[in-house]
Amino acid sequence: MKRESRQKVRESLVSFPSLFWLSLFFIVPTLFVFAIALKPANPYGGIGSGWTWDNLRSLVNPNYLAVAWRTLWISVLSAAVCIVLATPIGYYLARVTARWKGFFLMLIIVPFWTNFLIRIFAWKVLLHPEGAIKKALAFSGLIGPQTSLLYNAGAVVLVTVYTFLPFTILPIYAAAEKFDFQLLEAARDLGAKRLQAFAKVFLPGIRRGLITAVLFVFIPALGSYVIPDIVGGPSGEMIGNKIAQRVFVDRNLPQASALSIVLILSVLAPLVTVLVLQRKRDKPESLL
Amino acid sequence: MSEFLEFRNVSKRFGAIQAVDGVSLGIKKGEFFSLLGPSGCGKTTMLRLAAGFEYPDTGQVILDGADITDLSPNKRKVNTIFQSYALFPHLNVWENIAFGLRVAKRSKRDIETEVEAMLRLIRMGDQAGKKPDQLSGGQKQRVAIARALINKPQVLLLDEPLAALDLKLRQRMLIELDMIHDQVGITFLYVTHDQGEAMSLSDRIAVMDSGRIEQVGSPAEIYETPRTSFVAAFIGDTNFLEGEVTGLVESEYCQVKIADIPGVICFNDKSMKPGNPVYLSIRPEKIHISRDRPEESRLRNIVPAVVEDMIYLGSTTKYWVRTHGLRVQVLRQHFRFFLDEKPIRWNDDVWIWWHGDDGFMLDRYRAVDEHLVALPPRKVGEPEDNNEKP
Repeated sequence: MKRESRQKVRESLVSFPSLFWLSLFFIVPTLFVFAIALKPANPYGGIGSGWTWDNLRSLVNPNYLAVAWRTLWISVLSAAVCIVLATPIGYYLARVTARWKGFFLMLIIVPFWTNFLIRIFAWKVLLHPEGAIKKALAFSGLIGPQTSLLYNAGAVVLVTVYTFLPFTILPIYAAAEKFDFQLLEAARDLGAKRLQAFAKVFLPGIRRGLITAVLFVFIPALGSYVIPDIVGGPSGEMIGNKIAQRVFVDRNLPQASALSIVLILSVLAPLVTVLVLQRKRDKPESLL
Repeated sequence: MSEFLEFRNVSKRFGAIQAVDGVSLGIKKGEFFSLLGPSGCGKTTMLRLAAGFEYPDTGQVILDGADITDLSPNKRKVNTIFQSYALFPHLNVWENIAFGLRVAKRSKRDIETEVEAMLRLIRMGDQAGKKPDQLSGGQKQRVAIARALINKPQVLLLDEPLAALDLKLRQRMLIELDMIHDQVGITFLYVTHDQGEAMSLSDRIAVMDSGRIEQVGSPAEIYETPRTSFVAAFIGDTNFLEGEVTGLVESEYCQVKIADIPGVICFNDKSMKPGNPVYLSIRPEKIHISRDRPEESRLRNIVPAVVEDMIYLGSTTKYWVRTHGLRVQVLRQHFRFFLDEKPIRWNDDVWIWWHGDDGFMLDRYRAVDEHLVALPPRKVGEPEDNNEKP
């Protein structure tokens, strides 16, 4: 007993530096955001005195609601597309020979050598009304000559998927690498078709990787600001852009804080749900 | 009875390795058939060809009269027990067993009754809710068997199913497998490198080496009348004595000159002629050993020897003796303990003898078999450079 408690003290001592760091630079600023949201703004872009509910009340606004809805569906759709693309890639990465594996992983990592902003601007060039993609699609009759590929929600989804795809491939690949592929043979042996084996045995087998991958896209996409700012236009605006407008254009920090709270809560909600679900499912296995 | 599962001239190559090399083999309905051989001999590839995980380069696989060579695994009426069991870790015992029936879209009622019946067969009704990683090795094994058998396969394929278990458990599972085979009465194709398992379970055994079948026969046939030196060396222990046929005795026997022992009598089932080089294979337990010179008799080979090493094995003792420059192993069972009998000790002069029918002449074994024909160990304490090859 005594020994155990001493060990616990030692363990918490080890985690103290990171705890200190997180509370000082993450939890405390977050609490500031909550506090500022309850303050009035002053005309000079600063924070007035006294307390008010006005900022939070002003969030109930059809304009915000539309942006929040768009933020949500863009994030969900981006996460879904990423998972659909990354799962087969992760599967094949885990199965190819070591030499090809290195080559493909390299291909996935190479884009990171170019700055994130530059890559988004590259998309702007690609999707430009005078760009090659637009011309090819218009020529083949797949889209009308007036259809714009740029400055809409579709462009935001496309570039979000492009940006976060590597972050979804890697956790799925890591999970697939640990997966025992003989289980797929066993499933086939027991009468499952190829796709059935994949859905009933492989997907549950890489569950953790899939959850991680979803969170890796969904959470940054919710708070995404740069991508909709560059390729989104007014019809591709997300909450992140609204917050930036409140800060830089309106110079209204309390308003921006109120919006941020909505964002923080909407990030925390799925995260906590996933954690609770995972803990519940893992409980019987924790015997080992 | 005609063949139920049949391999017709099947070959399979992986890169530079010829895993299976033109094998033809027939397995009868209801038979417990074993493929026995060292690792890399192609036995597992044979099993995977039957399961449909691999497709042969040439040849055919026939099941119950139908060509299944190109059929995918889910369409074959065969099921596999994997060496690692391959239980689905995210499903519990009940769901693992039900997997095949669920995939086959059977009704809920059917699935329930059949899974319960299987749980009874493997006596694990009270463990149905456990996940695979909460089970012991033997329990996993039983779940794997139930999961396969519930689909009522025509052939059950078993890939070294006992290799991961410890000795006692292995012996228990052996009996259990045998009982299950008797109860369900389906054909078992069993792959193993363990001759003990193959011997005790099988109706027939095929001994494989380098992608070919060396011999097919009942366990007793394989052990008592090995057709090649590989089989003789791989199944059980044996002494290989190099020699040359010098003459014929009556019509069935011949004389073999081994080292400077003249006229060793041996049963001549291979119709060898004088001048043929042969290997004489004699199992250690067929050779008798005693201090007193045994009575001469027709067809009995008697040779003087010196005891070099003794290994006490409980029910038996193994003696390494030297005779005419050869090192020979002799296995002697302890029938009764005589207080007044003077035991055989190191460096004692003894006599060894065996009946002419107990030795087998084999063609000189191929060079690849050398590693299996374990060279007699050096005499204890003998320096390394002094070791002469027999």
